[in-house]
Amino acid sequence: MSKKMINLVIDEIKTTVPEGTLLLEAAKSENVKIPTLCYHEDLCIAGNCRVCVVEVKGWNTLLAACATPAMEGMVVYTNSPLVRRARRDILALLISEHSTQCTTCYRSTNCELQDLAAEYNIDNEIYINLLKDKIFTVDRTSWAIEKDESKCIRCQRCVRTCAELQKVNALDVINKGAEMKIATFFDMAMSDVVCTNCGQCINRCPTGALTERRYIDEIWDAIGDPTKHVIVQTAPAVRVALGEMLGYEPGVRVTGKMVTALKRIGFDSVLDTDFSADLTIVEEGHELLQRLKRKLVDQEDIALPLMTSCSPAWIKFIEHLYPDYLDHLSTCKSPQQMFGAIAKTYYAEKKELDPKDIVNVSVMPCSAKKFEANRMEMKDSGYPDIDLVCTTRELGHMIRQSGINFKELPNSKYDKFMGESTGAAVIFGVTGGVMEAALRTAYEIVTGREVPFEGLNITPVRGMEGIREATIKLEKVLPDWSFLEGVELRVAVAHGLTNAAQIMDNIVIGESPYHFIEIMGCPGGCIGGGGQPIPTNEEIRRKRTEAIYTEDEKMKIRKSHENPEIIKLYEEFLGTPLGEISHKLLHTKYTRRERV
Amino acid sequence: MTKQKLKRVDLIFSKEYSCDKILATSLKKPKEEIIQMLMDSGLKGRGGAGFPTGLKWKMAAAEKSKRKYVICNADEGEPGTFKDREILDQVALKVLGGMALCAYVIGAREGFLYLRYEYRFLIPKLEKILDTFHKWMEDYDLDFTVKLFIGGGAYICGEETSLIESMEGKRGEPRNKPPYPTQEGYLGKPTVVNNVETLVYTLMIMRIGADEFKSMGIEGSSGSKVFSISGDTPKAGIYELELGMTLDDFVKEFGDGDTKSVQVGGASGFCVPRKRFKEIHIGYQGGLKGFSIPTGGSMMLFNSSRSMYNVLHNYLVFFEEESCGQCTPCRVGCQQLLKGVEAVKRGEKNQKYLNDLLRLAETMKITAKCGLGQSVANSFSSIVENFREEMIY
Repeated sequence: MSKKMINLVIDEIKTTVPEGTLLLEAAKSENVKIPTLCYHEDLCIAGNCRVCVVEVKGWNTLLAACATPAMEGMVVYTNSPLVRRARRDILALLISEHSTQCTTCYRSTNCELQDLAAEYNIDNEIYINLLKDKIFTVDRTSWAIEKDESKCIRCQRCVRTCAELQKVNALDVINKGAEMKIATFFDMAMSDVVCTNCGQCINRCPTGALTERRYIDEIWDAIGDPTKHVIVQTAPAVRVALGEMLGYEPGVRVTGKMVTALKRIGFDSVLDTDFSADLTIVEEGHELLQRLKRKLVDQEDIALPLMTSCSPAWIKFIEHLYPDYLDHLSTCKSPQQMFGAIAKTYYAEKKELDPKDIVNVSVMPCSAKKFEANRMEMKDSGYPDIDLVCTTRELGHMIRQSGINFKELPNSKYDKFMGESTGAAVIFGVTGGVMEAALRTAYEIVTGREVPFEGLNITPVRGMEGIREATIKLEKVLPDWSFLEGVELRVAVAHGLTNAAQIMDNIVIGESPYHFIEIMGCPGGCIGGGGQPIPTNEEIRRKRTEAIYTEDEKMKIRKSHENPEIIKLYEEFLGTPLGEISHKLLHTKYTRRERV
Repeated sequence: MTKQKLKRVDLIFSKEYSCDKILATSLKKPKEEIIQMLMDSGLKGRGGAGFPTGLKWKMAAAEKSKRKYVICNADEGEPGTFKDREILDQVALKVLGGMALCAYVIGAREGFLYLRYEYRFLIPKLEKILDTFHKWMEDYDLDFTVKLFIGGGAYICGEETSLIESMEGKRGEPRNKPPYPTQEGYLGKPTVVNNVETLVYTLMIMRIGADEFKSMGIEGSSGSKVFSISGDTPKAGIYELELGMTLDDFVKEFGDGDTKSVQVGGASGFCVPRKRFKEIHIGYQGGLKGFSIPTGGSMMLFNSSRSMYNVLHNYLVFFEEESCGQCTPCRVGCQQLLKGVEAVKRGEKNQKYLNDLLRLAETMKITAKCGLGQSVANSFSSIVENFREEMIY
């Protein structure tokens, strides 16, 4: 059914839009830009900052363009003297309750309030500084997220993110009037609440009120310490987003330049998390098959569906909110942690290094990885698997600080070993990627043949739909796996914790038909992670996703179990998947947590 | 326009007619006729905003929905207003009768009486009256029940969409409009939210007819209204008066002979100085030469012993705390107005800063998200404009 069309005039331009179109969108369609702060494409409408007000003929008040649908015959002015004055007043008000120490702010030059203040030439002296009598302390209790109230403009984007996209509700509004602010439950420390560290709030914060906890200085210190052997690993999703920090449009792959930059910065070894992503697939693929065998053949009471454990935000989510279902989680550590454990054992041995002198730095698209690295159990080799975690954004800052002209850099290849990668590992960076990689390997283990999809592209698990599912029938299986003959393997993929909650609710009521489920904490998977460049929106996430799939297709090897370094690792060190050493170094356990 | 003399009216509290009979007769009328009577009467919302009641009911009646709601807004929180409390204490059955009438007209089966937290002493009494009322409903064969809902004590919840949000268990914050409550209100269903007094008047109009109601008051402000009169007056209390009188007549009746100003409409209303008493009418805006000032009922008189700075400061402290804090103009604007008048008084800011603040007040009036935010600066503007020297010295 076609929608009713609405005629209106915006700044003297006659236009026609479908019924229900917001004035903001209608203006955009005519190339009229209306400033916004509380509005975000990924979130529901709030209409609380009032920066987007416009004048409409016949109305006594100005209207918020983000919250007002176009109505027939409306005559709208987006740039009248009244509108300009109102916007300046509103911006001046916001600035009067905002710490304007921009020079020392991490978000300086990437701040929506700063941009608008510059655009409207706001005189900081108009109104009284409301912060001067207040004492603010930055909440640095969390390993992952810093919260600085003095920079909050109360747009509630974080609140809506936490509620709508993630269903976590760690952040909410408390108090009213002058005391109104964004806070955790009873204003408790960020480290003590239900926060999953996903960092989606950071990605949507217009200012520097929410940021990742930075480890840039510690990383520089390690690099500068001659007694340390500093290894850096880069996650799959970093290479398709780092460019945005350094002057590229979204969706440009900068893998080769990034590797060169990391070498020039001074890391002793530049390696790839893709390597351990392949390792994860081999371990997790076998874990899935083993669980199926124990369930179907040995009739054991084994938890199915098996759920992936790569996303640390998802792990903390299930620990807080579905603690009775932790046995569904794969015991595999995430690629980051597997990498760390192997680096401080196998790698150290090969390079004749004392593991205590190795500093493992990882560059992640993620804020929750910072928390994961600091989990108590993550030191099975006797040393912490990972020492320092920085985000894509922090790496962008480091490259800028180093004075490197990134765009002019030549391409380089990752160092050996633990630098070899496959297409299966690269797609870990997008929602559905772990599932696709796992199926490419598991199907082949069971049948001896490649997955029956053109070009190995398992398209049913790809895409941006919140929850996707697929079925693969296992036929003509190898003799070892005869119990799987004719079994329809049912899998599902979910991204964003609101979708994860829906999957979990079905498991709770016993109506989950799946054998294997991939869950990523962030919308779009790691390419939309809480450590990725700001801003984010669906289009940017789509471009990064396309870049990941291109990277996959350009790879010579596209199946994890064919990674030559992985094959060698098992031959020389681990023995067999799920073997004794694997069990010690690569697998982990989970913790029940309270909901606060 | 003829000037309306001050006249006492006795409709709301009158025990002369039993309201079950009015209701019984009214429920036999066609719905359209009731709406037409209300529209003809010119009745406007008595909570202060003054939206035409008949039109509101008509809009809700036109919505196609199996579920609709009637909510009586008894979250009387405007400083200086205390008439709804008296109405509920004295004639609660009439309020419920008005709700039943509305339910009949719009097709609602459920209603809520949203009672201000501070009025919870009324609960036992209201519960008894509700029993009687529900027996009536059985007698009249009207499928309509009313439940009490006790507010949490926030001023903002008197704003109808905040009220609805709080009923849904959420933080009491105004919604974006449209959609209006008559389209998507409580639980997303068409909802009429009417003030306590408005509901009683709907029933009274059924009794006396639209013409007689309209014969009272002035054009655009017909009928009578209950006033809460306080401050420097020997006759503080609740009075039902015909709308449209000038402040001059009002002060002659209620003043103490030394009235300097009258705050019309509570903390969010306007302050009228003595020099303008003769030209200002009490009613709703529109249809008048000069101009008239609306009020939810609050009339506060101040004599020459009062410092208007203190009066304003008091209001601003109230709003700085009672703004919901959601939108920028109201949350930060209220703080700036308060801090600003303090700074000028202390000499930390030049008196010209008051001009900046007056400009800010104008921005607040046109950019705030809700009716409250748009009116918080009224008292500031009217007091600073008329008593500037008291702000400075």
